[in-house]
Formats: sequence, structure tokens, C-alpha cells
Amino acid sequence: MATTVYLDDNAAAPLRPAARDAVMAALDLTGNPSSVHRYGRLAHRAIEDARAQVAVLTGATTAGVIFTSSGSEANALALQGAGPRRAIVSAVEHDSVLAPAQRLAACATVPVDGDGIVDLAALDELLGTDASDTIVSVMLANNETGALQPVAAVAKLAHARGALVHCDAIAAAGRVLCDMTALGVDLLSISSAKLGGPLGVGALVLRPGLDIAPLLVGGGQERRRRAGTENLPGIVGFGAAAAEALASMADQGRIATLRDRLEAGVMKLASGSRVFARGVARLANTSCLTMPGVLNETQVMALDLAGVAVSAGAACSSGKVSASHVLRAMGVPEDEAKTAIRVSFGWRSADADVDAFLAAWGALHARVGAADRTTAA
Amino acid sequence: MSQTRPIYLDNHATTPLDPRAREAMMPYMAEMFGNPHSTNHLYGFEAEEAVEYARERIAGVIGAEAREIVFTSGATESNNLAIKGAGAFQDRLEQGAKRHVVTAVTEHKCVLESVRRLERQGFRVTWLGVDGDGSIDLRELEAALTDETLLVSVMAANNEIGTLAPLAEIGALCRARDVLFHTDAAQAFGKVPLDVNAMNIDLMSISAHKVYGPKGIGALYVRRRPRVRLEPLIDGGGQERGLRSGTLPAPLCVGFGEAAAVAGQDMAAEAPRLQVLRDRLRDGLLAGLKDIHVNGPGQNGPRLPNNLNVSFAGVDAGALMADLKGLAVSSGSACSTASVEPSYVLRAVGLSDELSRASLRFGIGRFNTGAEIEAAIAQIVAAVTRLRQAAGASAAQ
Repeated sequence: MATTVYLDDNAAAPLRPAARDAVMAALDLTGNPSSVHRYGRLAHRAIEDARAQVAVLTGATTAGVIFTSSGSEANALALQGAGPRRAIVSAVEHDSVLAPAQRLAACATVPVDGDGIVDLAALDELLGTDASDTIVSVMLANNETGALQPVAAVAKLAHARGALVHCDAIAAAGRVLCDMTALGVDLLSISSAKLGGPLGVGALVLRPGLDIAPLLVGGGQERRRRAGTENLPGIVGFGAAAAEALASMADQGRIATLRDRLEAGVMKLASGSRVFARGVARLANTSCLTMPGVLNETQVMALDLAGVAVSAGAACSSGKVSASHVLRAMGVPEDEAKTAIRVSFGWRSADADVDAFLAAWGALHARVGAADRTTAA
Repeated sequence: MSQTRPIYLDNHATTPLDPRAREAMMPYMAEMFGNPHSTNHLYGFEAEEAVEYARERIAGVIGAEAREIVFTSGATESNNLAIKGAGAFQDRLEQGAKRHVVTAVTEHKCVLESVRRLERQGFRVTWLGVDGDGSIDLRELEAALTDETLLVSVMAANNEIGTLAPLAEIGALCRARDVLFHTDAAQAFGKVPLDVNAMNIDLMSISAHKVYGPKGIGALYVRRRPRVRLEPLIDGGGQERGLRSGTLPAPLCVGFGEAAAVAGQDMAAEAPRLQVLRDRLRDGLLAGLKDIHVNGPGQNGPRLPNNLNVSFAGVDAGALMADLKGLAVSSGSACSTASVEPSYVLRAVGLSDELSRASLRFGIGRFNTGAEIEAAIAQIVAAVTRLRQAAGASAAQ
């Protein structure tokens, strides 16, 4: 069997060695961080160190960092707890933003262009003259295409009308700078697993002075903003992963080279294939591309058989057969959207992964082409 | 002695990770790192398979079906989801016909706070008091139930004084009146036998780190027949059958599954062993000190085998803990230890504020030894005697 090639970092990134070491050490820390005895104090200190590391990654104050159990929980907390009763979201947001936004009293959607970039004029119109009861949520990078949104411009517009601004930076964190002060946003969500930390932990980061109503109530953890015994090893691993991702940001250049070689190879193999958001600023690690006429499920299955792991879109909805709402919002016809796969690289990715992908994908393309020719003949 | 690690007797706050659970998690923190929802490639399959096996093992401990187990981040989330989720479903989808909730004043804070949320939304709440053992009165509970009662939430075992609730009796009363029965079993799961069908439990909150599993993972049992309906707290990707969105942390699920299976297997042998240690601690303190009071159910009362709660008259619990450098214990629930208020649980069982402030909680665990208990007795007796003498001396001046 072929060596297994993992190109699905946007679903779950392999644990970074520094994060793994931190988790291992913390698994042996027994204490409940709220306990006052020595075990508790050691646990508490480990959490505060990790909080500082996450604060540095996001350009926040340590007091602004609220640890959650996932990026989804961070998004739910932001949308449901910030206060405003009205939401304005982009059409390409993740389901974990769209669903809680739709639970508010009103929710409007900003359209995007063919590259998935929000239409600022449309946002301007939706904001109206007074948006003081509105929260605007626009992601920093799209998890399917990698397209980067003009978040700073969104924040400027929204703030001018009194709205709060939330940014889902889950796919972006560790891959591009996510300084919430530079972005000018009020709330920012990130997830540990997407940047090479352990699963089961995320954070919602608040700008100084902003308060939030908790989603989970009970004990006084996280300054009364999120009850529940802290996931100590998870948080400590998250901190280590955040620090390492920030320190190795330059690695994104190497990753972009891998991605570009893969895309060039794909275009050479199948001239009719399309790479989405290729013409705009996007993450170095994400490529969303089509094989004309071949369903993404077929591609993913064939690649899996060849030992290459990619995905047909967001992992949480990979059970569904419908076309990606992101691509549909970009105006991609349903039939074409169903032929798109997502290839995402990470810290472990290497040239051999690109070679293996191109060999497997190329073989499938040739097989399908031959079958078509047989059918035609 | 002071260089060695303090003796850990705070197993109600959290438990050490069992080496078996730790071992089970390791592969999923290395090469098997897939997203369990990426069910179209090998990495996803193997993670999904591991998560589903863990779900089965957890269900097995409480007589449930695997698909009735919803993974959460811990018992706090489970309690929030059960109570607020049931209330929200009632509000949104059933026009709020049932807007009454019954709970007890000695519940964990996250249950009390969740119920208060419903109260603020206009639900009527009956707060049941408790007797000196911390037990609710079943007749009072029965009398409180009406056609408008949506939910009864009574904890399986109290986290401070270990009182065990008569779950089967409460379940029967609730089922007869078509009322949902939720129990916070964070302290009871894996420690005493629980059976969701025999006890007619509809919703049960459990946590891994209280049974020697990892922190950051818990579960809510949600009955399927008759079906219990909840609104999710965390919405989005639709994982956990729409009840709880977010990528499942496969390593934590696996560690929880292993810890649950171990606890289920060893319960019959472990409970009596812990009870012997607990009784030895209690008897040693009673023999060595005057004016101490054991809180919670007595000798043969309904009590967790590993719990002890003692008031040391005339001694401040904070000062005592500070003095007990070789011992890790607590004065009550960990989530509120930072607050200076006396325990509301001890107050509810009739203790004065003064005695409440003089109380320590001991939680004995799987890895404690008889020698540790003897050492703890000696340290506590010495510390209490010293503090009382100091107080006596300063009072005499």
C-alpha cells in the first residue's frame, strides 16, 4: 500500500511536536486549576502561561482571552453573547457562525464576488445609518478556498455605524497574522486544532473593555465568561502550538511553493480544471480545485485508495452530498461546485506529498478520460 | 517530607489520569490525528471508529445505547445543555406549555445557574430543601409535580458531602407524571451503579476527569425512547446529531471511553476499598480530635464511598489548608473555592456559617494508599491541635 499522504490540514492539523510535548507534560498535572492547593496552583499557572501565548498570537490582552472547547463554541459565544440582536454575516461564513447568527432576532447576509470576497458596498447598505444593535461577522480566511477577506475595511465601515465586529480567524490563525488590534475587530475566534494544537480547545478573544454574556454558566472560571473545569492539557498544548505557529510563520513561504507546484501540476494534467480564489490574496496552504466532470466524492475516494487524504469541503458537513455553500455563494454552478476538492497543507507537508497527489489525481483523470473516450466510441 | 508531592485527597475536584486512559490516548495524539468527521479518508475513519467505540463503552456503564451519548466538553456543558436545552426547546417549539422546573438547593452551581436562567425567562422553579443528610424529601418532590412541570434535576451524588439521591424513586415519580428527569452524575458516574432504564433517567451529565479520564471531555446521556428533545447550545456543523456542533476531540473521547470502561469494571472492588480508607480517615480524626463534626449522611447512610466532610470547631478552614502543606484538600467545590462565602451546601444541611467555615472536604481516590491516609490523619490532628492552641493562647491574652 502507498504511503499515506495527509493534505487535509484545514480539517485537523497534525499535532506539532512542541504542542505534543506540552500536552504530555500537562496530562501528568493532576490539579483542578481552581483549587487553591499546590496542584491547583501549578495547573492555574500553566493555563495563564498558555493564555499569554494565545494573547500574543492574536494581539490581545491576556484578560481578553476566553478558552472554549472549540472554534465552534467560540463562534457561538461571540454571536449569542455579545449582545446585539441583529447579525450581518458574509455568505461564505462557516456553519458555526451562520447557525448562531440565524438564532438572533434578525440576520442579513452580505454577498461575495466570484473570488469569495465580501461586497463592501452591499455591507455599507445593510448597515444602514444606525447599526448599534448589530454584530457583523466576517471571517479572516475562508476554510474552503483560503481567500482572505478585507476585515480591516469591514471593521472600519461597521464601527462607523456603531456595530460590533466579530472575526472568525479559525482557518487563518497561524497562517497569516491575526492581530485583532491591527484588524480593528472587537471579537476574534480561533481554534487550537487548526494550527497544530490538540483537539478540544479554542478561544474567543475580546478587545479590552468588551464584556460578554456566558453561554455556559456555573463556576467562576474564565472570569465568569465560560464555566467548566478547564481542559488543562488542551489549553497548554494550544498555547505551545500558538507560539510555534507564530515563530514559524516564515514556513508559509515554503508551503506556498508546494501549493503553487500542485496547482501548476493540476492545470497541466487537466487544462479545464479551475482553482478558486487564485487571483486574490489567500492562505498559502489552501487550494480548492476542480476535476471537470468528476464528482468530488469520487475524487476523494480514489485519492484515499491511493493513500492521499484530502476533503470535499468542510469536514463537519462532509457527510452531506450538497454542493458547498461557499462555492455557490461565489456564483459557481452547482454541477461545477460538486467537482471541487480542498487540498490543504501544513507544517509537515513536503514535496513528496505534492508528487503523490499529482500521481494519484493524474491517474484518476486519465482513467476517467479513457472511460469517456470508450463511451464516446 | 515537604519536598515530596502533597498527598492528593481532592478527588472530587479532579482525579489523576489513569495510566490506562493515558495509554489509550497516545496513538490519537501522534499518527492518528484525523478529524473524526472527515469520514472520507483513512485518518478520518480511524478517528471516527475510535470515537464510536468510546461512545459504546461509556454507554455500557450506565445501561444506555451508544447513540444516546452526546459528547460535550464536560459536566458543566452537559448540565447547561440538559437544562437550558430542554427549556429552549419548550419555548421555541412547543409554545411553552410546560414552564415549571424542580431542583434542589444543594445542586452544583452550574445546575443552579442554568435553572436561574430559565427562571429569568419566566419559568416557575421549585427549589427543594434538604434534611441534615443532604437528602430531598420525596413527598415534597411528588407534591411539587404538576401538569406544567417540564423537568426535575436532582444530582446523583453531592460533590461536597457525598449524599446519594434515591434516583430510582425520583425516576418513577417523574415517569408517572410525564416529567423529564435529569441527574448531574459527575461525582457518581463510575463510583456507584447507575442504570438509566431501571432508574427512568432521561438526561444524565457525566465528566471524564472525575473518573480518572482526561479534562476537557464529558457527555450528556439523552434518552431516545421516549425521545427527549433539546435545543443545542453550540450550533453549526451539526455533529452529535445536531445537539452539539464542533469537532470531536478524538484523543479525549478515547481516554474517556477507557476511563469509563475501567471504572465500570472495577467499581465493585474499588468502592469497598475506598470506603475502608474513608472510614479509617474519619475514625482516625474522631479518635485524635475533640469537637469535630462529620457532615453529610452517617455510617450507613446513602453516601459516596470516597467522600468525607468534616467541621473542625474553632478552626478556620483556609488557615487549616494553608497549614496542611503536605496535603491537597479543599474547603468545598473547586469552582467556588476562590470565593470567601461559606458553602451553601453545608448551610442547607443546617450548619452555622461558623462551622461551615471550619469544614474540609476529603475525596479519596483510586491511587490513595492506607499509608497516605495514616499520614493525613497525623498531619490534620497536629495542625488542628496547633491552630486551636494558638487561638486559645491569643484569646487568653
